[in-house]
Amino acid sequence: MFPKELESEAIFILREVAAQFDNPALLFSGGKDSITLMRLAQKAFYPNKIPFTIMHVDTGHNFPETIEFRDRLMKELNANLIVKYVQDSIDQNKAVEETGKYASRNALQTVTLLDGIEEMKFDACIGGARRDEEKARAKERIFSVRDDFGQWDAKNQRPELWHFLNGKINHGENVRVFPISNWTELDVWSYIKQEEIEIPSVYYSHQRQCFIRDGVIFPYSNHVNMDGEEIFEETVRFRTIGDMTCTAAVKSEAATIDKVIEEIKAAEISERGARIDDQRSEAAMEDRKKAGYF
Amino acid sequence: MDVLKFTTAGSVDDGKSTLIGRLLFDSNSISKDQIDAIQKVSDRKGNDYLDLSLLTDGLLAEREQGITIDVSYKYFTSEKRRFIIADCPGHVEYTRNMITGTSDSDLIIILIDARAGIIEQTKRHFYIASMMEINEVVVCVNKMDLVDYDENKFNQIQEDFMKMAQRINGNDSKQTISFIPISALKGENIVKTSDNFNWFKGPTVFDFLENVNLSKRIENKFRFPVQYVIRPQSEVITDYRGFAGRVMSGSINVGDEITVLPSQKKSKVKQIDVFDQQNNSLDYKEYGTILLEDEIDLSRGDLMVKTGEEPQLFKEINATICWVNEAPFQNKKYILKYGTMQTYCKIASINKKLEIHELNFEQADGTIALNDICKVTLKTAFPIPLDRYDEVKYNGCFILVDEQTNMTIASGIIN
Repeated sequence: MFPKELESEAIFILREVAAQFDNPALLFSGGKDSITLMRLAQKAFYPNKIPFTIMHVDTGHNFPETIEFRDRLMKELNANLIVKYVQDSIDQNKAVEETGKYASRNALQTVTLLDGIEEMKFDACIGGARRDEEKARAKERIFSVRDDFGQWDAKNQRPELWHFLNGKINHGENVRVFPISNWTELDVWSYIKQEEIEIPSVYYSHQRQCFIRDGVIFPYSNHVNMDGEEIFEETVRFRTIGDMTCTAAVKSEAATIDKVIEEIKAAEISERGARIDDQRSEAAMEDRKKAGYF
Repeated sequence: MDVLKFTTAGSVDDGKSTLIGRLLFDSNSISKDQIDAIQKVSDRKGNDYLDLSLLTDGLLAEREQGITIDVSYKYFTSEKRRFIIADCPGHVEYTRNMITGTSDSDLIIILIDARAGIIEQTKRHFYIASMMEINEVVVCVNKMDLVDYDENKFNQIQEDFMKMAQRINGNDSKQTISFIPISALKGENIVKTSDNFNWFKGPTVFDFLENVNLSKRIENKFRFPVQYVIRPQSEVITDYRGFAGRVMSGSINVGDEITVLPSQKKSKVKQIDVFDQQNNSLDYKEYGTILLEDEIDLSRGDLMVKTGEEPQLFKEINATICWVNEAPFQNKKYILKYGTMQTYCKIASINKKLEIHELNFEQADGTIALNDICKVTLKTAFPIPLDRYDEVKYNGCFILVDEQTNMTIASGIIN
């Protein structure tokens, strides 16, 4: 059962963003959390259009299913989508492609994201991060102020009292906003079920070419630097969708939302346990957040 | 399914983080990889046991020093309820974090070290919780294993606490105080019971949280601060003018007479929209869009109430504020945010300051610094409709923002 109060809180936050900022954006990744945000934004302003620019930072290594889904959803909601490409940042020598078998564009996204925010002059960026995902995120405010360099100062956060969200910032700064901060992975899935929200097919069980690295199943694609691993067919699904190079698959027969929820309830590994970018060091997320990552 | 928000307080080594770790661990809310991760750190630090406090201490500085320096949020779910925990630090210099953690909580768990009994911090935390109108207080007497599970010790602490509560609140009947003896480290009486506590007939912490009655928090007067005006600029939908917001108190029905403040204009509720559905009513904490019978002037920040239940309008406010910023009080105008509105204000006089050790309000000296709690008189630029905090919580509170730094510098409640 989905706790109703969480939806009401998220919608309150989204309306505060629309009221307090001049040029807010909603950061869309194609994952279930940002799809949930789109739904919440639709409900918050109905029968109006969503009053945010939708920005997608495309690593170029997305699942094709995600891109196809994104374009369909934006059309349906008549939303104003802009796409920023990590490839452009690489071409402009602002970001350097990683090498070696673990090469990923996940970290490079930050460069493209910060450039995009600066170029578009966004004063608020809404994201689908949740506090239950990771220990550094558990400390972050709902309105999280970033300085000119996009940095997060964990020790100097504004206290958030009662329902008040203080979005006052200086020119050049921006606020990252997390409306579903208080949701858990299971809440998101329960909400998707309750609202009958469509999500990319890769979240459900399907056949895919995979390989095993460090004991983890990864999707094979031509974005991965292979290290002699064997490629094989497997019945899998994804619990989280990120860059194809760092998103692990789980063996699964769960082809419906009910089966997926059952599986998550029984799972022993947390959602971000399937993202190798968090396991690079104990404070991987904290470090990336300080640098401007979401 | 309802949501219970609670906060935890106690002194530095009373075992708050361990208690929360236990609640999460024993209720199976922690995944295997999270346990593995803290096991690694725990081993490296040379601990003999799995250090569950590592689950809540998220920042590098915290793990290095073994303390909690900021409010941390954790979640778990039972069959009956969804729980949100705001884990607050115990250090005295972090009073502001406790204010933050309690502002939106339904319940507080106060930890006491069974060996030490009630200490200064206990008093302070209870005082703040009472001031913030937290009406459910659960006192967990921890480390009972270190006092041989002595029932007399537990009873003595209970007695001392009730005396202290009486001194601080008088006979405030709104508050319920419950006591549970526990050992957070050993996981006794948190989720699972233990033979060592066969003399204790009450529930475990988990049982208590799952079954505690939350109906007290629902206040009756309807308060709806308008957040956003929905007016589609579209050829398909014409003449739609809806006032979007969330009910901060009470409820409203279609057909009810309403008054808008501060303008005092009146109308009637014509329609209530929740996304693409039309509802007959809107209850506490629910979101919706209200459409009115008449075309009256209404915008973000206005407060919609039921006619006959209007709060008074004030230009001069007596309030208790807590200073939550490093920059001390300056004699200048501040932004006052309440409901969804903001206006300028000045602190016209600082009447009393709380002496945090004796918990007495003493003559103020004209200064206000970080963590100070003061009774003040504010003058606002416009008359604002406010309730008393103990009557309508979310319309009896405000924050002050410094226009130069943009920081939230004080929290306030209306006396």
